[in-house]
Amino acid sequence: MSSLNPGLILIIGAVLVPLMPHALRRWYLLVLPLIGLAHVYGLENGTSVTMDAFGMTLELLRVDALAKVWGYIFNIAAYLAMLFAWHDKDIMQQVSAPIYAGAAIGAVFAGDLVTLFVYWELTAISSVFLIWATRTERAFKTGMRYLLIQVGSGVILLSGVLVWYHDTGSISFGHIGIESLAGKLILLAFGIKCAFPLLHNWLQDSYPEATITGTVVLSAFTTKLAVYALARGYAGTEILIYIGATMAAFPIFYAVIENDLRKVLAYSLNNQLGFMVVGIGVGTELALNGAAAHAFNHILYKALLFMSIGAVLYRTGTCKASDLGGLYKSMPWTTGFCVVGAASISAFPLFAGFVSKSMILSAVAGDGRWFVWGVLLFASASVFHYVGIKVPYFAFFAKDSGRRVQEAPWNMLAAMAITAFLCIFVGVYPKALYDILPFPVDYAPYTVAHVITQMQMLMFSALAFIILTIYKIYPTPIKSINLDTDWFYRRLAPAVIRVLGRWIGEIDRMLRVETLSVLRDIIASVERQYGARSNMSGTLQVGTMVLIVAGVLLLFLLASFF
Amino acid sequence: MSEHETKFHDPRKYWLDDSKNVKKVIGFVVVACMVLFAAEAFYHKHPYFAAESLFGFYAIYGFVICVGLVLVTKLMRVILMRDEEYYDKNE
Repeated sequence: MSSLNPGLILIIGAVLVPLMPHALRRWYLLVLPLIGLAHVYGLENGTSVTMDAFGMTLELLRVDALAKVWGYIFNIAAYLAMLFAWHDKDIMQQVSAPIYAGAAIGAVFAGDLVTLFVYWELTAISSVFLIWATRTERAFKTGMRYLLIQVGSGVILLSGVLVWYHDTGSISFGHIGIESLAGKLILLAFGIKCAFPLLHNWLQDSYPEATITGTVVLSAFTTKLAVYALARGYAGTEILIYIGATMAAFPIFYAVIENDLRKVLAYSLNNQLGFMVVGIGVGTELALNGAAAHAFNHILYKALLFMSIGAVLYRTGTCKASDLGGLYKSMPWTTGFCVVGAASISAFPLFAGFVSKSMILSAVAGDGRWFVWGVLLFASASVFHYVGIKVPYFAFFAKDSGRRVQEAPWNMLAAMAITAFLCIFVGVYPKALYDILPFPVDYAPYTVAHVITQMQMLMFSALAFIILTIYKIYPTPIKSINLDTDWFYRRLAPAVIRVLGRWIGEIDRMLRVETLSVLRDIIASVERQYGARSNMSGTLQVGTMVLIVAGVLLLFLLASFF
Repeated sequence: MSEHETKFHDPRKYWLDDSKNVKKVIGFVVVACMVLFAAEAFYHKHPYFAAESLFGFYAIYGFVICVGLVLVTKLMRVILMRDEEYYDKNE
């Protein structure tokens, strides 16, 4: 058992799901991630299982502290998502979700790049069903876009791995670095999955189109797997600091004006990834610990936020800010859990985000990077503004939409309660998290200065929100969408192709017309020369023939005299 | 879908329906801000950068950033906002 990649527990387990009756299936799906969690706990650091194939050494299982952090949180996330989806009977999702989670876990414990690639592609292929399970034409198209981009990332990864193998003769997955061509290709593959700026839009495009439970599952794995891969292969790569800072900042602007609350959360997911990428770029022990801790916490509070908005969508049929408001009256528990998630992502002291985000900020400041630090501080202040306040405010408070619905089903409440508990537990007792981090932690999040400065920033951010709302300056929710980079491939590219197509069609038509007219001219001239009644086709009488022959003979005769 | 049944009639009054209570919430935030700003004088800072030594730096930064953010996004809306069916049309 100790030689089994823990991802396989969920993947192989999922295959048996269709054979079971529904009543058994839901229990079975809850137990699987718990077995996985126990298995990860039992794995000893340094364990390695290898296999020789095609002249390469595949490392099917590699256990170290870095992998284990992700192993724990991925299994926890899978458990919480399964509980949240307890009521759902959709077998398509019940099979694809555990395969997807298992593939992500498998990738984390893969010791070589080829094994990584296999799991990497499996996450893409299995997760798209969580989008298609919405079973609308719109979701189908979104799923196709998602699949193209995800599989594309895998193909780029594979080409990078091939070059890497050619250059180094090894496929072992350790530090890669950006210097070589292979390094750049692999970084691009990781960057797509990590939603780097300009490569990001698949995330905001697809997650809000998945099913209610599907979004909760999706939010946990793909991007955080990419963060893990970056931490493993590119720790201390300078450019990641700037990429991460950009990621932390720009999605905020979109989130403020976005109407679909699941899309707001997708933008904020992107922004939180930025913090982790910066941490990886800095690459010190504190920064890498911070990135790992933040990935762990982020999975919890982001799942909690997606769950609470998912519960709203489940009960009201919408998650658009413009259609909601006043739901605290009929969904008080969901409101409370959403607020816990909001406090965690905003990094309020005693909540999860605080104990991990402050590590990254301290690492950046300690490195003397004032500009990046300023950008991250901007991102920290505004994350409270646009998620911490905006999401709960427009869904549960704001102007009463008059909607009165039932509270969320018990299983959703239970999943949210456990997640909320974990968010607070980690915030209050960070040592539990710090103990599993890859490097020994010598960091105290709860200093007087940390707590006061953070509270100042948050409360003044809240004050700004209140003032802007009272004076009606804050952007009100409007039924709308905002153009993002997907415009380039959903609008510009098709338009360019349409125009090009028209041109090509026009040129093709002209060429045909010209060719035809030239051909027609040739035929006409041939007709003139050789056709009926033309010079060359006229028939001659016998007498005329004899006369011509006689004339020719005469010419010969005369010629012979000279 | 049968799982959501929305009713729109509800005669009950809730806590935040009373504008006095809304004012209480706002008052709480204002007082908290004042207390936190004043707290600046009573603890020892360990600044990494010079800006942090400015009295109330984090408070001012948080406030200014959020106002600036909102003003920028209002401009973004003018440029980037489209109606919901934008991508569904002639696709």
